[in-house]
Amino acid sequence: MAALDVTRSDRIVFDLGAEELRALNATLQGLEGATNETAWTILNPRGAHALCVGITQPIEVMVDGHAGYYCGGMNDGAAITITGNAGPGVAENMMSGRVHVMGDASHAAGATAHGGLLLIEGNAAARCGISMKGVDIVVKGSVGHMSAFMAQSGNLVILGDAGEALGDSLYEAQIFVRGSVKSLGADCEEKPMTEEARAVLEHLLREAGVNVPVSAFKRYGSARTLYHFHVDNAGAY
Amino acid sequence: MCGIAGLFLKNRALEPELGSHLAVMLGILTDRGPDSAGFAIYGDGKPGHVKFTLRAAAGYDFPALAAALGAACTLHDDHATFTIPESAEPTFRAALASRPGISIVASGTRMELFKGVGLPDDVSRRFGLADMAGSHAIGHTRMATESAVTTQGAHPFSTGPDQCLVHNGSLSNHNDVRRALMRQNMVFETQNDTEVAAGYLSWKLRDGAKLDEALTSALDVLDGFYTFVVGTESGFGVLRDPVACKPAVMAETEDYVAFGSEYRALADLPGISKAHLFEPEPARIYFWERQA
Repeated sequence: MAALDVTRSDRIVFDLGAEELRALNATLQGLEGATNETAWTILNPRGAHALCVGITQPIEVMVDGHAGYYCGGMNDGAAITITGNAGPGVAENMMSGRVHVMGDASHAAGATAHGGLLLIEGNAAARCGISMKGVDIVVKGSVGHMSAFMAQSGNLVILGDAGEALGDSLYEAQIFVRGSVKSLGADCEEKPMTEEARAVLEHLLREAGVNVPVSAFKRYGSARTLYHFHVDNAGAY
Repeated sequence: MCGIAGLFLKNRALEPELGSHLAVMLGILTDRGPDSAGFAIYGDGKPGHVKFTLRAAAGYDFPALAAALGAACTLHDDHATFTIPESAEPTFRAALASRPGISIVASGTRMELFKGVGLPDDVSRRFGLADMAGSHAIGHTRMATESAVTTQGAHPFSTGPDQCLVHNGSLSNHNDVRRALMRQNMVFETQNDTEVAAGYLSWKLRDGAKLDEALTSALDVLDGFYTFVVGTESGFGVLRDPVACKPAVMAETEDYVAFGSEYRALADLPGISKAHLFEPEPARIYFWERQA
């Protein structure tokens, strides 16, 4: 009996130089749970928008080149690798799975994402993790201004520096930064590194393949002083 | 939403291809701005001469005008470029002022500027962009927000010699700034917000500021959303507002510096796979000067 061996030669190649983006997304979105078509290579993305959005099966996809807006958006279970840079809103509203950007990501990376892991090897621009709702984001470079704005839950790990107004109007998400923070946003404050937080960070660093001690990071979270945190205003909602 | 494409050549061997590359970039950006398009291109200049780009209603007899004014003229659809000796500029301007159907789109030693309503590919074709050569060029595809879809409202805007500006975004204090500039004898042709940004930079340059200095002061004066790409006779600059909502991607190689609203616009440039790709940072001045 032949052993299962899903090697690179078995990958299904979809060339966007020859076929339509809509056909690609319809194909990937149409995969059933029992599919054997589990490894895909997408050629010639050339910055196209909405590549590989809405995938619901645990397949593996490699986008070989640079992606435009919203690559891997709404991903639910797939492992998507972008070998180049990603445009605005990469992995926005991801539910589960993994999106791995080998280059830089533009603004709003991981916006509103509920779950999964977004791993960015380079830098992420402004508003990384804006309104994140449970996703884990690890950025090996630096992030731009207003990152984790109104972040509700999940973890944002930054190995480089953070731009202005980090964590403005945070809810329950936590942020770990190794480098400098240009400024904290409204109601964001440094927090003690609890045992629980340490375990979360260690896990994420391991997942990201990063060999940096937890002690190199500072942790930030919500000071819980904004209007909606005050019990007198509870009736307003 | 709008699209911006800019290409600044470092390698002069690429100058004959400038127009064809920009035409491709503009075509790709059609879905960011299908209303109208335009471009400024810095080509040959003749020492001691000034180049005017004029626009009139379709079918206007520019050759007859050229003959009447003793100027050389090249037709580009409803635009035409006129080259005249520097000393004749006041007389030439006075002669044009007496012909109300003619607009001066731009003037300078090397810059020509063309714009019109329609799909970017159609606009490029009408003016013959693909066959144009030069050292740098800046183009724009417009999806109108702040003023009507007209040729006048299309970008680039030019408010000074060899100066042009394109804009993605919208300014919120343009009426105030326009009034202030009008008190400084700056003249505006439209109610468009972008023309005010161009006018502000021209006013600073007129006062002796360098382009990078003018852009730095624009950060304090102009309020709103913007990604600007600006050109002067020898320079190419980029500025994004501090919030940086409007997208921007740049590519730099030994041969060129290129700007695109999105990477898609850069994907066909020669050597792009080896280019240094980066997103220009908010509120930071990027500026390249042509080596003499």
